[in-house]
Amino acid sequence: MDNMTLKENDGVKEGVDQETVDAVREVGGKYKYGWSTDIEMEYAPKGLTPDIVRLISEKNEEPEWMTEWRLAAYDRWLTKKEPDWAMVDYPEIDFQDQYYYARPKSMAEKPKSLDDVDPKLLDTYKKLGIPLKEQMILAGVEGAEDAPAEGRKVAVDAVFDSVSVGTTFQEELKKAGVIFCSISEAIREHPELVRKYLGSVVPVSDNFYATLNSAVFSDGSFVYVPPGVRCPMELSTYFRINAENTGQFERTLIIADKGSYVSYLEGCTAPQRDESQLHAAVVEIIIEEDAEVKYSTVQNWYPGDENGKGGIYNFVTKRADCRGDRAKVMWTQVETGSAVTWKYPSCILRGDDSQGEFYSIAIANNMQQADTGTKMVHLGKRTKSRIVSKGISAGKAQNTYRGLVSMHPKAKESRNYTQCDSLLIGSECGAHTVPYIEVKNNSSRVEHEATTSKVDDDQMFYCRSRGMDEEEAVALVVNGFCKDVLQALPMEFAMEAQALVAISLEGSVG
Amino acid sequence: MAEAKLQETPTEAMIASLDMPQGGWAQAAREDALARVRTMGLPQRRDEYWKFTRPDTLTQAEPVPAAIFDHGDAPLFDDTERLRIVFVDGVFDAEASDDLSLEGVSIDRLAAANSDLHWARDLYGKLEKNGQTPVARPLAALNTAYASDGVLIHVTGTPSKPINLVYHHKSETSDAMLHHVVKLDKGAEVTLLENGPAAARFNTVLEVEVADTARFHHVRAQGRDHERRAATHLFTRLGTESLFKSFTVTVNGAMTRNECVIELTGDDASAHVAGACVGDGDFHHDDTVFITHDAVNCESRQVYKKVLRNGATGVFQGKILVKEGAQKTDGYQISQSLLLDGDSQFLAKPELEIYADDVACSHGSTSGAIDEEALFYLRARGVSHAEATDLLTLAFLAEAVEEIEAEGLREEINGRLSSWLERRSS
Repeated sequence: MDNMTLKENDGVKEGVDQETVDAVREVGGKYKYGWSTDIEMEYAPKGLTPDIVRLISEKNEEPEWMTEWRLAAYDRWLTKKEPDWAMVDYPEIDFQDQYYYARPKSMAEKPKSLDDVDPKLLDTYKKLGIPLKEQMILAGVEGAEDAPAEGRKVAVDAVFDSVSVGTTFQEELKKAGVIFCSISEAIREHPELVRKYLGSVVPVSDNFYATLNSAVFSDGSFVYVPPGVRCPMELSTYFRINAENTGQFERTLIIADKGSYVSYLEGCTAPQRDESQLHAAVVEIIIEEDAEVKYSTVQNWYPGDENGKGGIYNFVTKRADCRGDRAKVMWTQVETGSAVTWKYPSCILRGDDSQGEFYSIAIANNMQQADTGTKMVHLGKRTKSRIVSKGISAGKAQNTYRGLVSMHPKAKESRNYTQCDSLLIGSECGAHTVPYIEVKNNSSRVEHEATTSKVDDDQMFYCRSRGMDEEEAVALVVNGFCKDVLQALPMEFAMEAQALVAISLEGSVG
Repeated sequence: MAEAKLQETPTEAMIASLDMPQGGWAQAAREDALARVRTMGLPQRRDEYWKFTRPDTLTQAEPVPAAIFDHGDAPLFDDTERLRIVFVDGVFDAEASDDLSLEGVSIDRLAAANSDLHWARDLYGKLEKNGQTPVARPLAALNTAYASDGVLIHVTGTPSKPINLVYHHKSETSDAMLHHVVKLDKGAEVTLLENGPAAARFNTVLEVEVADTARFHHVRAQGRDHERRAATHLFTRLGTESLFKSFTVTVNGAMTRNECVIELTGDDASAHVAGACVGDGDFHHDDTVFITHDAVNCESRQVYKKVLRNGATGVFQGKILVKEGAQKTDGYQISQSLLLDGDSQFLAKPELEIYADDVACSHGSTSGAIDEEALFYLRARGVSHAEATDLLTLAFLAEAVEEIEAEGLREEINGRLSSWLERRSS
């Protein structure tokens, strides 16, 4: 959204309903991000071979150890089986019929400054709603750094297909000692950090898609927050799949050293295409003693059309490791897009008194299928976790919450609270809950609650009698249903998420 | 086919160790079930449905011997007027059993029902076969194929007293397999009681067909022999406006897997299943429930409570499946464990799978230690620590015991639970 909307919204804080209504009107039923940018692309040949892995490594000017790491992952991948336990159903993926590397041609020579960035690319970010100031910086406008920032500052690392195109606010972050750059840059500039942490939370052989990602990831973001530093602004990555038949395999590595704090935002969109596209990302977060990381995602990949044609297959492995005592992590996700979602952001609560939180809204409409949830693995003493999951199914969609809460024998006096609510709109969709609960000591408390219901008739009647049409009323009721999670999002995202909730459900009633 | 090679699998080893009863109307069903066992194979450790429970002692050809335990209690249900049918290590004991004639019901033994026109012919193994999808239950199919005996109960009216299946365990190496079939006609009502350890290893299937407006009550107390093992399956199908209520209490036993498969096929039907278990030490108890709602305006309720200590393990896998069109479903599920020390564990997988929108389904699962505040409250009023723990344990189990409709039976179960707890803490 642009700054105008932000300002307007500031004035109507109580008026959540009005915003929702506006959002519905504004967008008028189509996938907002369904355009594609006509930029000359450079592709590696289709298919996956050791040569492609070497090529990706070479294009990123990686050192030898990295190439070896990738090739080892590739070998492991060949021995792995695609997981089939999720409640999702999709045609077999031909992994040899994908492009594993694509980048805009203008990036073939790395831009010396942001002036060199293809204007069409910047235009893409504008349409994506990256705030004006960052666009100025991305475009290299002189003095942009000193321009008055409207609202809060957000540093952006944008990943376009496979290549990171520019990181804003580099200077200011550098002053604070924060490293925020693309992962390929980090591999070159900070090999000691990357070698130490890469693959330490999500091992190379963790699962089929993570192993694939380890072999072919082409870019992604890297964040290092030094001890005691509170990152001066929110960091943000926009992922966008543009080229046809490309898989996007970004890799994110976040390290919050002792006593530091960082909030990280991730937004994803993809153009509308008939063919399904593959997206297999890995996010690793390391949180040391007393550090805190907030990771928020608004995932709005193209979901396919009403008949299930096209759309993104989103197979993502995200995991945070609270290594130090009193480390804290919070995952917040709004999942409205993708044809198929397979995603379980997890927390390993290793340090004593560490905390993990997971807030999720998953909306599946039309033919979408979402199988998502979290894992809370309690290893340290007095660790705490909280799961709030809101699943909404409409049309012919299937929405599954799948989660694990595990209390190890040594995780004394730990605590978990889980709440999973599902809402069904229409009689052809499905909502499922598959929680695993493993409690291996008695001083811990685990509570799990789940409900499934439909949109309340009384609430609908109330809204309708105040002149809302059915669709507006549903959007309002659903926004209310999601309130607990929306409140956990940073301000900018909360606005966008609210609008998305309404948009995603269009056409689901009547 | 190379016979020798086939025998290497645990499934074939088990089949080779068993003798199928020959002849009679059940033969076709037995052969059919054997084919199912061969296709599915016996459960294995890596099976998702056996994630929390190791099946090996239930699937190996030879049972693990179990010592006979003399608990010295008066027989359960002694205060209730009932018709007793006694099995010792899976063998019918005519002397100890009552006369099988009772108004409103006809009772036969599977091993003795030879008439080719027997009513059970169309039911034997049928609900078990139905219950094999979407999840395989090979031990139940094995039972249909090899059960040596069982009771066939056709309820036509409302018998004056409950029917009680009494199981005794007298041989340390016994391996018993019984298969019971109950058919309730329209409007009929019966109470079935089961108690006792049955054998060192007991595999039992109970199939209950409940016609429209019929009512079935089931109260089961699994034997208290510490080393006994059991795999039980209960399959039921409910007609319009019918009622099914089943309660199981389990105290002790090295390994218990109780599966319950319920299908609500008639509108306005109601099914309640409940379990209370108290485990100490080498105790593994698994409740696995699968409820399918396939009709409008039905209600189902699952209430499971487990008290565990000294390294005992409690497992709950419960699933509510609401099929497309099963509107106005009311599904409730609660599984709770009380862990009395740090060694015990509770593993749960409470699942919902819902394809209809006008439903209200919920599940809850909790696990934790005894409430310190409640304990303190009681201690402050002069109640000893042991007594207070017992009181709170009983209160914890109460919600499950409440599911027994008949007051007399409910009180008897409560009485037993409190005396067992008392003895344990003294």
